[in-house]
Amino acid sequence: MLKVNNINVYYGSIHAVKDVSFEVHQGEVVTLIGANGAGKSTILQTVSGLLRSKTGSIEFLGEQLDGVPAHKVVNKGLAHVPEGRRVFLQMTVEENLEMGAYTRPSIEIADGIADVYERFPRLKERRKQIAGTLSGGEQQMLAMGRALMSKPQLLMLDEPSMGLAPLLIEQIFAIIKELHEAGTTILLVEQNAQMALSVADRGYVLETGRIVTTGAGAELLNDDAVKKAYLGA
Amino acid sequence: MEFLSYLISGISLGSVYAIIALGYTMVYGIAKMLNFAHGDVIMVGGYISFCAMSYLDLPWPIAVLLAMLVCTVLGVVIEGLAYKPLRQATSLAVLITAIGVSYFLQNAALLIFGATPKVYTPIISGTLKLFGGQLSISYVSLVTIAACIVIMIALTLFTDKTKMGKAMRACSEDKGAAQLMGINVNGTISLTFAIGSALAAVAGVLLCSSYPTLMNTTGSMPGIKAFTAAVFGGIGSIPGAFLGGILLGIIESLAKAYISTQLANSIVFGVLIVILLVRPAGLLGKYVPEKV
Ligand SMILES: Nc1ncnc2c1ncn2[C@@H]1O[C@H](COP(=O)(O)OP(=O)(O)OP(=O)(O)O)[C@@H](O)[C@H]1O
Ligand SMILES: [Mg+2]
Repeated sequence: MLKVNNINVYYGSIHAVKDVSFEVHQGEVVTLIGANGAGKSTILQTVSGLLRSKTGSIEFLGEQLDGVPAHKVVNKGLAHVPEGRRVFLQMTVEENLEMGAYTRPSIEIADGIADVYERFPRLKERRKQIAGTLSGGEQQMLAMGRALMSKPQLLMLDEPSMGLAPLLIEQIFAIIKELHEAGTTILLVEQNAQMALSVADRGYVLETGRIVTTGAGAELLNDDAVKKAYLGA
Repeated sequence: MEFLSYLISGISLGSVYAIIALGYTMVYGIAKMLNFAHGDVIMVGGYISFCAMSYLDLPWPIAVLLAMLVCTVLGVVIEGLAYKPLRQATSLAVLITAIGVSYFLQNAALLIFGATPKVYTPIISGTLKLFGGQLSISYVSLVTIAACIVIMIALTLFTDKTKMGKAMRACSEDKGAAQLMGINVNGTISLTFAIGSALAAVAGVLLCSSYPTLMNTTGSMPGIKAFTAAVFGGIGSIPGAFLGGILLGIIESLAKAYISTQLANSIVFGVLIVILLVRPAGLLGKYVPEKV
């Protein structure tokens, strides 16, 4: 479904992503794990067109994404929940969801919003509330709901557990599992390797911009190097 | 009665400031830049409508539309040629460019129309006399106030209710996230410049109708005052621009009437400084708590 082939991304002279290649197949949950600054967010931003790779190619559903402007990517079926949620803080919950459906015909918006409210009843209670006044967990739900509004085939999540209490992290991962069971393909970026690998079919381990290990989720959970580096064992 | 008359002329002057301030505030909100050349677009609007009415003998509504059209195109072209290439540059570089554009427009107008001021024919003449002639209000003042109210309501509805307006708010908050939603950020910025410049044309016509001396620097002082009004009301806020503009107009008018004509401008800017010391975000400047 998504084929990233040999990308190299720079910030000025900083070489943030080095010769990275990976794939996500239809129906999978794939995770990219790695420490701070490993280049995880940079990779997602390159896939969604916010950043450009100097080399290689990105193919999504058989189509080349290189050179496609960022605002045209979502319409191809690829939604990106960015790091730090980045909901529109001065807009209401419902307006945020409407923005998520920006590229969709307006007659489908009401149904889409109803679906999101069904999955996140908390958001429904707060539909008229300004997003800036939501709690961190609620903002994460809103960011995910907003991305789902575009009816994506592939959902990219950048550190959905960041800054959340353990109970909320459990909730967010339960939702990721539900989405997966409902047929959504997911590319999950996490520092919380334990959680991420436990829901993932496959994982890639990044170190300073390079993929160093890959394997099935359960396999990586038991990999000694991964354990040592990311699972604190 | 005298007070009422100064008050109304203050509101009318303030309405012009408010219409200009809307352009500053919308552009600032979305492009995070101070479009220093905005005041000069007013002057262009003045000249275009002047030429349309005085040389081409067109009726004023057509002249206004023509001025709006030309200014809209001008605004979009300025943005595309001068500011868009600087999207990643420092804000200082953008500010200097904007000052450059401002001088360019002023000098181009000087070249084309010469240094002799033109005498602008107000779009509407005459005055309304009330209370047996004790209170007289010019029709231009009334039209100016009405135009400001209509623009304010239309713009509020646009940003609150329409898809494009909401996309504009989304871009002004977070361009990256807006792009992830599928919003064309460059297109939205152009649209903002288009709206701001069309409003500047309207402001130009109204300003010249009240103060009929038209020259190449006509737009700069009202531009600076409207910018002040936008900051005063809370830059980035549409109701703030409205409130700031009206208040500034009233303060200026009353200061001229009761204190001193020479000192009026100093008083206006003095009030601004005091307000900003007390409320750094301006009267209606928003404070949004951020969660991590
Ligand atoms: N805007 C930027 N300008 C310059 N360097 C950047 C920028 N953004 C990221 N970098 C650098 O690129 C590298 C990769 O950053 P990235 O944000 O992709 O890491 P990450 O794996 O997402 O980390 P984290 O887990 O902390 O979010 C880091 O060394 C970072 O300092
Ligand atoms: Mg990151």
